Amino acid sequence: MMSNEALFTYTLRLADDLLILSHRLGEWCGHGPVLEEDIALTNRALDHIGEARNLLTYAGELEGKGRTEDALAYLRNERQFVNTKLVEQPNGDYAHTICRSFLYDAYHLPLAEAMLKSSDAQLAAIAGKAVKEAQYHLRHSSDWLIRFGDGTEESHQRAQAALNDLWTFTGDLFAQDEVHQAMVKAGVAPDLSKIKAAFDATVDKVLSEATLKRPADGFMASGGRQGKHGEQLGFILAEMQYLQRAYPGATW
Amino acid sequence: MLPEGNWISRAPSLKRKAILLAKVQDEAGHGLYLYSAAETLGTSREQTIDDLLSGKAKYSSIFNYPTLTWADIGAVGWLVDGAAIMNQVMLCRTSYGPYARAMVRICKEESFHQRQGYEIMAVLAKGTPGQKEMAQDALNRWWWPSLMMFGPTDANSPHSAESMKWKIKRQSNDELRQTFIDRTVQQAEVIGLTIPDPDLKWNEATQHYEWGTIDWAEFNNVVAGNGPCNKERLVARNKAHNDGAWVREAAMAHAAKKAERKAA
Amino acid sequence: MSDNPNNWPLWEVFIQSKRGLDHKHVGSLHAADAQMAIENARDVYTRRQEGQSIWVVPAEAISASQPDDAAMLFDPADDKTYRHPTFYTMPEGAKYI
Repeated sequence: MMSNEALFTYTLRLADDLLILSHRLGEWCGHGPVLEEDIALTNRALDHIGEARNLLTYAGELEGKGRTEDALAYLRNERQFVNTKLVEQPNGDYAHTICRSFLYDAYHLPLAEAMLKSSDAQLAAIAGKAVKEAQYHLRHSSDWLIRFGDGTEESHQRAQAALNDLWTFTGDLFAQDEVHQAMVKAGVAPDLSKIKAAFDATVDKVLSEATLKRPADGFMASGGRQGKHGEQLGFILAEMQYLQRAYPGATW
Repeated sequence: MLPEGNWISRAPSLKRKAILLAKVQDEAGHGLYLYSAAETLGTSREQTIDDLLSGKAKYSSIFNYPTLTWADIGAVGWLVDGAAIMNQVMLCRTSYGPYARAMVRICKEESFHQRQGYEIMAVLAKGTPGQKEMAQDALNRWWWPSLMMFGPTDANSPHSAESMKWKIKRQSNDELRQTFIDRTVQQAEVIGLTIPDPDLKWNEATQHYEWGTIDWAEFNNVVAGNGPCNKERLVARNKAHNDGAWVREAAMAHAAKKAERKAA
Repeated sequence: MSDNPNNWPLWEVFIQSKRGLDHKHVGSLHAADAQMAIENARDVYTRRQEGQSIWVVPAEAISASQPDDAAMLFDPADDKTYRHPTFYTMPEGAKYI
C-alpha cells in the first residue's frame, strides 16, 4: 500500500524542480543577450511556473492540511525543498543557463511522456499539458547548445565548460530512493533507468551535433531530493520568500 | 523592463510572479515592436540601441525612478502604464503607419498591465495596516512623476506643437494630463488611497479636477540624467548588451557554417 | 543598415491566425537563421493565441514598389469598374446570378 505521504513527497519533488528553475530563469528577465531571447526565456519560466503551481496545489490537496501553492512555495525552509541540485545552480553565463536547461529538458520530456501513463490521474493530467511545453523547451535548449558548440571558438569553450561544471548534478536526477521505488511500485512514476536511457540518447545526439564532449560520469552530487542542497538555495529562498515572511498571513 | 524586472524574484505569490513575468515580457515585446518600426524608417536596431546605451537617445524618464517596495509594482502598472496607455491610444491613430501598427498591438497588450497594477494596489489597500501604508507610500512617490510623463505644459513643449502639426500627436500634453487626473483620482477614492496633492479639488463648473503644480525642476533634472537610477539603468543595459556579444556572434557563426554545409 | 557581421539579420513575420485564412504580416524581428526566426516569432508574436502557422522571410528578400510610382501603378485601375460584378445590371426577377 502506497502512503499518501510518499505521493506528497514525490509530487513536491516534481514541483520544486520547476519552481526553482523558473525562479532562476526569471532572473534573466531584462538581462538577456538579445530581446528576442529575453522573451523566449521568460516564456520558459512561465511554462515552468505554471506546471509548478499545478503540482504544488495538488501536493497541498494530498497532504490535506490546507496548505496552498503559496504556503508550500513561500513558507517551507531550505531543508524542506526537494528539488535536484541541478536547477538551483546559478545562471552563470548564457552557456551555463542553456546547458542547465538542456540537461533538465532532456530529463523532463521523457519523464513527462512517461507520466502520461501514471496511475495517478491528476499527475497524468498535469503531464498531458507539460509534454507539449517540454518538447518545445528541449528543442530550444538543444538548438542553442548546438549553436554554441558549433559556433565560435569562444562559444565552444564556454559550452564545454558549462557542461563539465554541470554534469556532476545529473546523477541527482536519476537517484531512486525508497520514495521513488514506492512510486514505481504503485505505477505512479516510471523507473528512472528508462528515463536515463532516453536522456542519454538525447544528450549523445545533441552533443555530437554540437561537437561537444560528453563528460565522464565521475563523482555525482546528490542529496537534493533529501533536502540537502548547496548554499545557493538559501539565497534563492531568502529573496523569493521575503515578503511572505515579512508580512505573515497577509494576502497579495 | 528593469524597474519591474527586479521584483520578479521577490513577487509575493506565485500568481503575482507569473503575472509580473508576463508583464515584463510584454514590455520587452513592445521595445521590439518599436525598434522594428524604427527599422522600417531605416535606423537599424544596432543604431537605436547604441544611441540608447551611449545616452544619446532618451528613454522615458519615469524609468529612472527606483521601485523600492512591492507596492511600487502596483503603482507602476496603475499610474505609469495608465499614463502610457493614454499617450499610446492617441498614437494608434498616428499618421506614420509602421508606428501606428506597432502601437495598436502595444495598446491591445497594455490593457492588462494597468489593471494588474490597480489590482495589486487594491489588494494592498484592503490588507494589513503595513500593506496599506506601503500602497499609500508608493502612490505618494509615483503620482507626480506619472503626471510628468505627459510632458511639459503646452506652453513650454518644444516638440508637442510640431507633433500635433504632423498629426503624430492628436491631443495636447495638458489635455491628456487632465483626463488622466480625472480618471485616476476617482480610482484612488474607490480603493481608499489619497492623492498626494493638497491643492486637488473638484471644479463643478469645468467638471474637472484642479490640481497643484508639477516640480518641473525635478523633471528637467531627471531628463538631464540626474534621476535616482539613470546610471544603474544604463549600466545594466550595457552589461546585458556586452555580455550577450559572444552569444550573438556564436549564433551568426553557426548559421554561416550551416549555410555553407548546405551549399556544399 | 549595419555593417557589423555579428548583428542578426532582420526577418519579416507573417502569421496565420486560423486555418484557411491568409498569412498576415505582423512585424519583424532579428534572428541568426530561419529556424531561430520561426522560434522567435512564436515567442514574440503568438503569446496570446494569435497564430497556428508562421512564415518568416528575410527582410532583404522583399522587394517593394516605390511610393513615387503609386499613381502610375495603381490609378489606371480606377476607371475599370466593369471588372466588378456590381457593374452589371441584372434583369428584374433573375435568380441565382
